[in-house]
Amino acid sequence: MEGNNINKNKFNLKSITNNSAFSSFTAAFMAIILGLVFGFLVMLFAKPDTAVEGFKLIILGGFRRLPDVFYFATPIMMTGLAVGFAFRMGLFNIGASGQYTMGMYFALVVGFMFDLPGGIHWIVAILAGMLGGMIWGAIPGIFKAYLNVNEVITSIMFNYIGMFLVDMWIQNSSVMYVSNMARTAYLPQTVQIPSLGITGSSVNFGIVFAIIIGIILYIILEKTIFGYELKATGFNKHASEYAGMKGKRNIILTMIIAGGLAGLGGAFAILAPSAIAGASMTYEPINVIAANGFNGIAVALLGNSHPLGIILSAVFISHIQRGGTLTSLVGFKPEIIDVVIAVIIYFSAFAMIMNSALGRFVRRRLHSGEDVNTVDEVIDNDAKEAE
Amino acid sequence: MVDMGKYIVEMLNITKRFPGIIANDNVTLQLKKGEIHALLGENGAGKSTLMSVLFGLYQAEEGEIRINGERVEINNPNDANDLGIGMVHQHFKLVEIFTVLQNIILGVEPNKMGFLEMKEARKKVLELSEKYGLKVDPDAKIEDITVGMQQRVEILKMLYRDNEILIFDEPTAVLTPQEIKELLQIMKDFANEGKSILFITHKLNEIMEVADRCTVLRKGKLVGTVDVKDTTKEELSRMMVGRDVSFVVDKGEPKPKDVILSVRDLCVQSRIHKKNAVNKVSFDVRQGEIVCLAGIDGNGQSEFVHALTGLEKVSSGSITLNGHDITNLPIRQRSILGMSHIPEDRHKYGLVLDYKLEENLVLQRYWQKDFQRRGFIRFDKVREYAERLIDNYDIRSGQGPITKARSMSGGNQQKAIIAREIDKEHELLVAVQPTRGLDVGAIEYVHKKLVETRDAGKGVLLVSLELDEVMNVSDRILVMYEGEIVGELDPKKTSVQELGLYMSGAKRNTAKENDYGRE
Repeated sequence: MEGNNINKNKFNLKSITNNSAFSSFTAAFMAIILGLVFGFLVMLFAKPDTAVEGFKLIILGGFRRLPDVFYFATPIMMTGLAVGFAFRMGLFNIGASGQYTMGMYFALVVGFMFDLPGGIHWIVAILAGMLGGMIWGAIPGIFKAYLNVNEVITSIMFNYIGMFLVDMWIQNSSVMYVSNMARTAYLPQTVQIPSLGITGSSVNFGIVFAIIIGIILYIILEKTIFGYELKATGFNKHASEYAGMKGKRNIILTMIIAGGLAGLGGAFAILAPSAIAGASMTYEPINVIAANGFNGIAVALLGNSHPLGIILSAVFISHIQRGGTLTSLVGFKPEIIDVVIAVIIYFSAFAMIMNSALGRFVRRRLHSGEDVNTVDEVIDNDAKEAE
Repeated sequence: MVDMGKYIVEMLNITKRFPGIIANDNVTLQLKKGEIHALLGENGAGKSTLMSVLFGLYQAEEGEIRINGERVEINNPNDANDLGIGMVHQHFKLVEIFTVLQNIILGVEPNKMGFLEMKEARKKVLELSEKYGLKVDPDAKIEDITVGMQQRVEILKMLYRDNEILIFDEPTAVLTPQEIKELLQIMKDFANEGKSILFITHKLNEIMEVADRCTVLRKGKLVGTVDVKDTTKEELSRMMVGRDVSFVVDKGEPKPKDVILSVRDLCVQSRIHKKNAVNKVSFDVRQGEIVCLAGIDGNGQSEFVHALTGLEKVSSGSITLNGHDITNLPIRQRSILGMSHIPEDRHKYGLVLDYKLEENLVLQRYWQKDFQRRGFIRFDKVREYAERLIDNYDIRSGQGPITKARSMSGGNQQKAIIAREIDKEHELLVAVQPTRGLDVGAIEYVHKKLVETRDAGKGVLLVSLELDEVMNVSDRILVMYEGEIVGELDPKKTSVQELGLYMSGAKRNTAKENDYGRE
């Protein structure tokens, strides 16, 4: 009986150090702190006299422009969800950029080519954007499921294929393209997403949709059969196969959903209302991969691929980006903020490793001397260390 | 031959503990120069641990190692290599995309100021290859050559490093009979040349053929060391298994009824070599009986089970479950038609370790009406169900249904799988090595559950490597050897010794097989 008590103790202690929400939150928090400290050091090195002031702006500047923080958070929240959702199934969807661009193009097509009443025009355009992204996500998914082609490679290639195709299509369209400005024409008012009515900012209903979508994804992942299968496959592909789950179908479905999310991000970005009357957001076909797609990877990493975490991390990254642009007031190049974000992401990967190492260390210390581990566990741990 | 007192390796009173278990308990092994010394024991008897201690992968808590009479400390494989100890692992440690030559020199690359000097190395490898008849193509890539040839590369690696003490860890498990013959000859040549060989195996024929002496381990303890020429296979298997059965499984007479599973001429292609891993296997399992598929590891049992349960494709033959042809059905359909499966590797297949216990308990049923409504999982029902199983099957864990499977002990993980598979509606239970790695109490529990399942009128197919289990639990024994069923035995009328002969391929009764063939 005594043995049982020891067992119970062990599992309780272990469960705290093992608790995934606990460890991912502390990991993200540590990453942010370390990233900011390192960013501050870089600033100190670059321009010691105004470093403190600049650093303050990075941290607090975003609060001055809160509506813009949410406006710029919208697309990266969507691409972050696109990457994070697929990652829960063990798929690394690096193609969010291409899906984003494709979504934007489909939204543009509906915006320019369809003449619909104001109430539904923008809704149709958003749905078209989702469809565009879905198609672009489905293709790597099909390759992965039926031909076992690594999704990382196909989705990278589809970033380029998508970007060049869209740029070509836009440049060939006299309706969409204003060649002397090298950008797309202004979209009609009817297709722009209703603004949230805050003067001086383009923040619009897109952010509301993005947050709702994040919550829906959370529900799908945690409450539905599909989410159960998806996570099981992500955790242990063999066990999901053993339990008779349809792996191929789920891979394609996951990639379609992920693509749709990124496509929505593209639609939200291009359909945002302009703060200037009569204008709109525009796209410049200049053969550059959409940065928002890659920022989505960072957002997903920092949010630990958890939909709610991604909502928070997208807002956070947008916040320090906004703050970062203000540092130019005290003589910093805005690029400094990219350095800080990069460091945060770097540490967020690093901090998770540290966290699990720390957890293991704590467990070992707590249980050394008690003969309670089974051989299986020891072997398990050894195997993990060997890896 | 060599002076009797002269031991090249002495492992004296070695004790190696893992938390909760003593893997080696005061074990002594002495290897003479120029002899082939077999190390015999069942799975988990501590053979691999002992060799890992000698090779520096583990350090013993008690006891000492002497090489040529001098006490040595072996803290890692490099130390072992410096002392002239080389090892061919059961699972080869080769870089697939490197050539044979690159693999042989890996770690001891000949170089001049950092630049590789391959010429000398090639010459030495070719000389060794010639001398011992270890034919290899130094420029072939590992991924392109056969398993037998890969093993030769491993042997050449030891020779290239001038190792004098050679450890072979179950070297014949993956080889064809011809390759085995060649390997045994090569081992004899090494011994004649004065190299000393430790040969880990559980194939008695091979020991009788090449070994000079044999040390037997059982459950971490030394049973004894014998001269092979003074012993018999029967004697060795008695030493290995132990005269006394650890406990008797309490079960009544079987009452077999209708055939529930029938397998006919089943063939499965091997992933490793071109032969069939499972070759024309035919048998039936009836309701209310436990049929045991016995055999030494690697004789096609895993492939057979994978084909039976749908994890792997069948190349020919048929499987009928409860009157339905399931040969090519997906896994889910087989499960619906009444197949339950306790998998061989519970971490790889049986559980999603990062899922909670309750989520694991519905892994085969989460899609059923009881547990879902319009695609949403009914977590209240899952919790109720999990709590019932935890009660009924005595699954112990820190936080009950919400415990992460990863944090549970091996025995309780296995209980969870058994609960899930037995509680699900089923007609046939396929249990693959269900007691592997479990302690005595858990083993007893598993055996009881298997008998209960049988008594409830289900068919049970037990795949086991443990002789005790085969003899005590089963109502009928089928012995698998090299992918074929080589005998059908009645556990009441046979002995462990006879079973061992079938398992090692020394004996064969094909009459039964032919019966099925004619049906």
